[in-house]
Amino acid sequence: MSHLLDVKNLEVNFKTYGGEVKAVRNVSFHVDKGEIVAIVGESGSGKSVTVQSIMGLIPTPPGKIKNGQVLFDNKDLLKLSKREMQKVKGSKISMVFQDPMTSLNPTMKVGKQIEEGLKVHQHLSKADAKKRAIEMIKLVGIPNPEERYNQYPHEFSGGMRQRVMIAIALACNPELLIADEPTTALDVTIQAQVLDLMKDLRDKMNTAIILITHDLGVVAETAERVIVMYAGMTVETGTVEEVFANPKHPYTWGLMASRPNPQADGKERLVPIEGSPPDLFSPPKGCPFAPRCPYAMEICLGEMPPEFEVVSGHTAKCWLNDPRAKMAQEEIAAGRVQK
Amino acid sequence: MSEVLLQVDGLKKYFSISKDQSVKSVDDISLYIKKGETFGLVGESGSGKSTLGKTVVGLQAPTEGKIIYNGVDVATLNRKEKSIVNREMQIIFQDPYASLNPRMRVGDIIAEGIDAHGLAKGKERQERIYDLLDRVGLVPEHAKRYSHEFSGGQRQRIGIARALAVKPQFIVADEPIAALDVSIQAQVVNLLEDLKETEGLTYLFIAHDLSMVKHISDRIGVMYLGKMMELASSDDLFAEPLHPYTQALLSAIPVADPRAKRRERIVLAGDPPSPVNPPSGCRFRTRCPHAMSICSEAAPVWKEVQANHWTACHLYN
Repeated sequence: MSHLLDVKNLEVNFKTYGGEVKAVRNVSFHVDKGEIVAIVGESGSGKSVTVQSIMGLIPTPPGKIKNGQVLFDNKDLLKLSKREMQKVKGSKISMVFQDPMTSLNPTMKVGKQIEEGLKVHQHLSKADAKKRAIEMIKLVGIPNPEERYNQYPHEFSGGMRQRVMIAIALACNPELLIADEPTTALDVTIQAQVLDLMKDLRDKMNTAIILITHDLGVVAETAERVIVMYAGMTVETGTVEEVFANPKHPYTWGLMASRPNPQADGKERLVPIEGSPPDLFSPPKGCPFAPRCPYAMEICLGEMPPEFEVVSGHTAKCWLNDPRAKMAQEEIAAGRVQK
Repeated sequence: MSEVLLQVDGLKKYFSISKDQSVKSVDDISLYIKKGETFGLVGESGSGKSTLGKTVVGLQAPTEGKIIYNGVDVATLNRKEKSIVNREMQIIFQDPYASLNPRMRVGDIIAEGIDAHGLAKGKERQERIYDLLDRVGLVPEHAKRYSHEFSGGQRQRIGIARALAVKPQFIVADEPIAALDVSIQAQVVNLLEDLKETEGLTYLFIAHDLSMVKHISDRIGVMYLGKMMELASSDDLFAEPLHPYTQALLSAIPVADPRAKRRERIVLAGDPPSPVNPPSGCRFRTRCPHAMSICSEAAPVWKEVQANHWTACHLYN
């Protein structure tokens, strides 16, 4: 069975005065129909650049896609002309951005903004587009859709604007929705509303979703699969259940340990990941996490770890998963259990 | 230990936006913070938690109400006494990118308070700067650099060093980790906890990240639209939230465990109303799943429902 989206060996660089930044380094992953896949990572881990390359939103120059394929419906999106890509954007794949305050046009009525895509892609008549736009406003849970249709973005609150963004993105019934930190700018109670809405719409419309976030809680509650990124690479991938129950990369351990555990009394000292992410002008030769990794071995500094498959579908790029590192594995297992 | 360091009595802070309208950011709030305690303040954007913090340290004058520091009403102090209180109360800001002057060297940023209060000069000043950098996990060489040369987490450390420079007693930390990455947040929280021990500090910790607030605080106050909704020790608040707003807020925290039992999530309908024209009676009633007719008629009384567990809600009357 072929995947809905298949990203293969993606490499993206940015030219700057200081040299070339290797923002995305050999990233491969796939998304199936109707699936919610979360990408987690810190700022600078390459998660946004990865999805922007899928959408053809990388400004070139300074950006450059050095290598790789983005297969969608078995077509390589990176090879499409601007005009062909225009047809995909907004109709087959659409995107919701982080900041609902700045990603809407302030001088255009909300209803018209939802209609734009419908007119361009589906060639709907004015009346039909309006009908569909009002339907969409209703679908994303905004009360009084007819009245709201004629309002401007400043008349909406943050959560409501994010709903409008989702309505715009879903108006043409895309097969894939990319949501780049859709709830980061929102309050927790509103975040809960928006995440529930996205899951609900996936169930109704069978849209696949790529959800970018830095919050492991959001991942656990929303996604089916997770991709952990660090320094431009995917370091661990797997089903959410597998990765949370049995994480295999020290970076994933670090992310989990640096949050207070709400199940316990929450008072024990946090275990931060010391140091900061590497400089992507000249990323280290070996594992990019090795300089911050408490379990780093000699090989980690000198040689990039390959992708080890722990169980089917669960991979980790870490030398600790090499069968030859059995001793280290056992020691760490004992130590981590103690903690 | 049980000595009260800061007491706030009926504090109000209104911002007028036209002749007869004002935003009631902080509306009649009373609380006390004991010496050596960390008091957490949570609430959504627009709840007035930052305004409360800024008013407490004197960055804004209160519209009404008293701020009593170390047993003395700060409004009654003369200039000299005021300057001592100002030195003892410091604030750490949310955005480490906007709160450091990009045209000043880090050493001078840190020493601003030292200079303003005339605490040290020349070599002694220099040594203090190095010592402060060391205490927040930076190195002396950093004093000569500018803030753009630092990462977000390092900048927040500089902000903390600046606050510590004048040997404060009481620090308001206004969302100090909101702008940082997850792995860096833990570094800064641990630093704040260590400094509390070594410097004998008292914190007012403002945040919207509930699990972090629970982790760091002894007691927590929950604000909504300028009003305090509930106040309790952090264990009691999480174990048994009384106010429907607190219950909803806690149930909305995403839990990083896919096998965790699906809690009954209380999804609040709608958005917080405008603080210019808040609902009559209880301010939360428009979104409250338990709203009754009395909720629109009368404001609920602030009441100690359980030992040291306060809330303002008609359900407990």
